[in-house]
Amino acid sequence: MSVIATNELTKRYPGVTALDRLTVEVQPGVVGLVGANGAGKSTLIKILLGLTEATSGRCAVLGIDTATDGWRVREQVGYMPEHDCLPADVSATEFVVHMARMSGLPADAARERTADTLRHVGLYEERYRSIGGYSTGMKQRVKLAQALVHDPRLVLLDEPTNGLDPSGRDEMLELIRRIHTDFGISVLVTSHLLGELERICDHVVIIDAGVLLRSSATTEFTQASQQLTLEVTSGTDEVARALADASLQVRHDGSVLVVELAGDETYDLVRDAVARAGTGLVRLQPRRHRIADVFEGEADHDPAT
Amino acid sequence: MTQPPEQAPVGVIHNIGYRGYSGPRLGRQAVTRALFTHSLRGIFGLGRSGRSKVLPMGMFAIMCLPALVLAVVTVVGSNQGVITRPPLAYTSYAMVTQAVIAIFLAAQAPQAVSLDVRYATLPLYFSRPLERTDYVAAKYAALSTALFILLSVPIVIMYTGTLLAELPVAEYSSDALAALAGAVVYALVLAGLGLLIASVTARRGFGVAAIITVLALSYTLTSAMQGLFGHGQDNMTAAGWLGLLSPMTLVDGVQVWAFDAQSSTITGPPGTTGGIVFCLVTLAVIAGSYRLLLARYRRVRL
Repeated sequence: MSVIATNELTKRYPGVTALDRLTVEVQPGVVGLVGANGAGKSTLIKILLGLTEATSGRCAVLGIDTATDGWRVREQVGYMPEHDCLPADVSATEFVVHMARMSGLPADAARERTADTLRHVGLYEERYRSIGGYSTGMKQRVKLAQALVHDPRLVLLDEPTNGLDPSGRDEMLELIRRIHTDFGISVLVTSHLLGELERICDHVVIIDAGVLLRSSATTEFTQASQQLTLEVTSGTDEVARALADASLQVRHDGSVLVVELAGDETYDLVRDAVARAGTGLVRLQPRRHRIADVFEGEADHDPAT
Repeated sequence: MTQPPEQAPVGVIHNIGYRGYSGPRLGRQAVTRALFTHSLRGIFGLGRSGRSKVLPMGMFAIMCLPALVLAVVTVVGSNQGVITRPPLAYTSYAMVTQAVIAIFLAAQAPQAVSLDVRYATLPLYFSRPLERTDYVAAKYAALSTALFILLSVPIVIMYTGTLLAELPVAEYSSDALAALAGAVVYALVLAGLGLLIASVTARRGFGVAAIITVLALSYTLTSAMQGLFGHGQDNMTAAGWLGLLSPMTLVDGVQVWAFDAQSSTITGPPGTTGGIVFCLVTLAVIAGSYRLLLARYRRVRL
């Protein structure tokens, strides 16, 4: 069953069309939602939660219509907003317990789930202190905990890595990946950093100005073009000529060579060419086609193949 | 069986992995009740820092103290035969202590709603099963209940004093019931106005100042004008009608007409028409502030 399914979903604000006949279907897993600021990501999330009504079109989350059964959707979905949303004068434990109860958990279960969830997001002793004194990274963890505390079937994470330093970013991404692999919860995560989504998502949806640009598996993006990056100590041109003679497609990219991967025999040809040139092999690795390349191509309405 | 010690060193927390939740998920009603309880506790500072308890608990103590003194006076006075009736009508207690009530309301109405706006916590509520109407209902009920507790406990204390003084039980029981009913009306009117003012601003200070101003100013102006018309021009009818203009005198008018209480202002509502109008206006204020609160939260941007 698809986790999210929209059909011709349209949302118009006075003067702006936030979503324009968006039809997209999302399967269980970690799904990235990519788009520039104002592309309609947050609007889509609000409609998915039943917080905003669509102007036209239909939208179902976990098979439940969001317009008619909004509260049933919200019972099964967790939401982590982009902005700061935590009161400063209560502790993380108290806050998350309260939020669990607001999701319909009985008092005992709320306390138990809060302890579990805070531990899973990596908050330990500090959970008894007031949130006001937390670092950005800790606040993001509390925000994530309140979205997970009622064991939802789907979490919507709006820009979860915002404001985090590189190591905090990596930890958060790792955590998001675990939400699906270890916790069995589907994830819809938005970001404007494509490299992040590439690392953790099974599927990527790209929207721009409310229009769907592309929706496909991450592997399709990254395997669209198989190339090898080759770096040698010297004689780069010589190696390039040798490879071209072996009827491989080679081009220069700065100081390195980019070789089209024709098959497993390509590796042998490269090895032999480098050996014959009598030079040292510094680097030979698959060059992944970045989502960013595809995205930029699509955004310019220049279909990348 | 447990593992041998060398495989399970002391002090290691074992990650038992993620556990799902398969227990009951209570519906909107239970969630609304939980929010009501949480808000009511929050209004009295329970579950919050010690500093948040000082003001509401202090006001509650100040509210009860005069009632306790009056109760003791009633018991002692009655034993010595100097007192044959309670020194203060139960229904007048709210009017006499209105400054304390105003401070309590001004401080705690913003506590109940402004914080959710200021810390932008509202989206977290509205992305959960409860609807916006449930949120408003829970907050309104919580503040009304808090005010009712604040108003009714002193009445109960005074009534207890009357009982201990062995004054006629039947007469004062009905008085106490009337005062408790009046406390319900006071609580609903004041909670509605307080929440409405507080919900407009995310800044607690503005909320506090606005509520104090509205309550104090309206009462001062109303009672001054009532004095001017009533005593100055001997026009008690006009003075009676003026009671509509402040929340305290409005509810007092309802008590005078509906519960046959003695007026705490210079005069109650004029005649039966006046009484009915006071009741209708009171209902309109309660329903109106509730409707406006609903509209306010329907409009709120997330």
